Amino acid sequence: MDEPRNPAHGAASVLEAARLVLERDLTLALRRRGQLVQPLAFFAIVTTLFPLAISPELSRLREVAAGVLWVAALLASLLALEFLFREDAYDGTLEQYALSGQPLTGLMFAKTAAHWLLTGLPLALMAPLAALSLGAPPGSLPGIVASVAVGTVALSLIGSIGAALTLGIRRSGVLLALLTLPLSLPVLIFGARASELAIHGESCVAPLELLAALAVLGITLAPLAAAAAVRISLE
Amino acid sequence: MREFLDMGGYAAFVWPSYAVTLAVVVLNVVWARRSLARSRAAARRRLAAGGGDA
Amino acid sequence: MSWTWFHRLASPPHIYRLAQRLTPWFAWPAAALIVAALYGGLVLAPPDYQQGDGFRIIYMHAPSAWMSLMVYTTMAVAAAVALIWRMKVAHAVAASCAPIGASFTFAALVTGSLWGEPMWGTWWEWDPRLTSELILLFLYLGYMGLRGAIEDPQRADRTSAVLAVVGIVNVPIIHYSVTWWNSLHQAPSVMRLGKPQLSTPMLVPLLMMLLGFTLFFVAVLLVRVRGEILVRERSASWIREALST
Repeated sequence: MDEPRNPAHGAASVLEAARLVLERDLTLALRRRGQLVQPLAFFAIVTTLFPLAISPELSRLREVAAGVLWVAALLASLLALEFLFREDAYDGTLEQYALSGQPLTGLMFAKTAAHWLLTGLPLALMAPLAALSLGAPPGSLPGIVASVAVGTVALSLIGSIGAALTLGIRRSGVLLALLTLPLSLPVLIFGARASELAIHGESCVAPLELLAALAVLGITLAPLAAAAAVRISLE
Repeated sequence: MREFLDMGGYAAFVWPSYAVTLAVVVLNVVWARRSLARSRAAARRRLAAGGGDA
Repeated sequence: MSWTWFHRLASPPHIYRLAQRLTPWFAWPAAALIVAALYGGLVLAPPDYQQGDGFRIIYMHAPSAWMSLMVYTTMAVAAAVALIWRMKVAHAVAASCAPIGASFTFAALVTGSLWGEPMWGTWWEWDPRLTSELILLFLYLGYMGLRGAIEDPQRADRTSAVLAVVGIVNVPIIHYSVTWWNSLHQAPSVMRLGKPQLSTPMLVPLLMMLLGFTLFFVAVLLVRVRGEILVRERSASWIREALST
């Protein structure tokens, strides 16, 4: 069997179990690289649409760059949520996690962390390309990367709740969007503001701190809600 | 009376607001009663079909 | 401490009968208050010194906005109670709240927009209250969409209850972020007319309308809850009894 080790067996502590879940998800995802690239390609395409729809003038694009970047990132991370639990729900892995005796909350956190490493972080690393193509000055890139990196942490966590709630619903795509997008609104507001300040060459520390606060709140509460939703879906 | 209906020139805003909100109030009564009636009919059918545990 | 009262309270047949008995006690005072407040608001209250008679929209807008939030809070509290104590009746309450709340949120948006035209000169202003109200409508729609998408009624109850609790945690954050966002972009003179200063004859109908709408909510909730209890109850003997009345 070359299936990665299942943490349900003999894991000593929560941390150990969480680490195994994280490793397993990363290993499995790296075997399906095509799936990983999809949200990134989507992000690139959406940011390309705007110059074509608005104007090729960089000075005009710069005005809307922060908003475009963030809406594209929000939609890309929404798209990626499809992969968060789907496979594990089909093949019974989630059920094993729930029965493993380990706190499901910790395992959910590990799964979400893996999801962020596979989608949020790459999005943050791709954001500079998109930002430059929309006329953002090079000096703004650190701020933009930081805002996308922190913001996607919160987005992944909020998304994990939505994905867990829609487990077992066929054709859940639109419903997932309807559930997740209103809850993601604060992330969009603070994230776009941070990027905007960075593009204007001002300090974006204040909105970044608010984004970080959202991420911390998400870390403490979202895995609890996701674990509750997963348990209900297994009943 | 005409003065009252004119609402100091704001008739086009005041009356539609009252109409929409009061329509929502009335519709809530209608919907609630209909939903109860539907549940009662469904329960009656279940009983007739010998449903239920008792 | 004895918990028998709690179980008695939570037992579906008891709640069903209680709801039936209590409905008129809320419905008639609600109707009387709303009619009296309509008279007070449309006839007795003097026009605002700046907005003239346009301010009378407040008697529809503010109570609708109040309902949208109060009903959501009720729904989330009922959902939390239902999750913690596994109370079927509380699930029935939460399920009953959503359509009521969504309809009043819609009314708050429409009246807000109708008020916006004379106040701001536009039908839609991205003002923090209206924006929050719009997001609240999306939250309601998401809740109802999730409930509708799950076929198994027990799973629908419990899953949507988690969403309601998650939603209520987010409502203040959303409202804060929207207010913050608005304060950044607000042009200095958005308001064409000042906010109405409510004198006592203006305020009394408003308070009556708020109370009237609240009682109305309870009355409609009681009717809906009975239906939701019937859907959830499988024991034939008391259903027969409930249907006989």
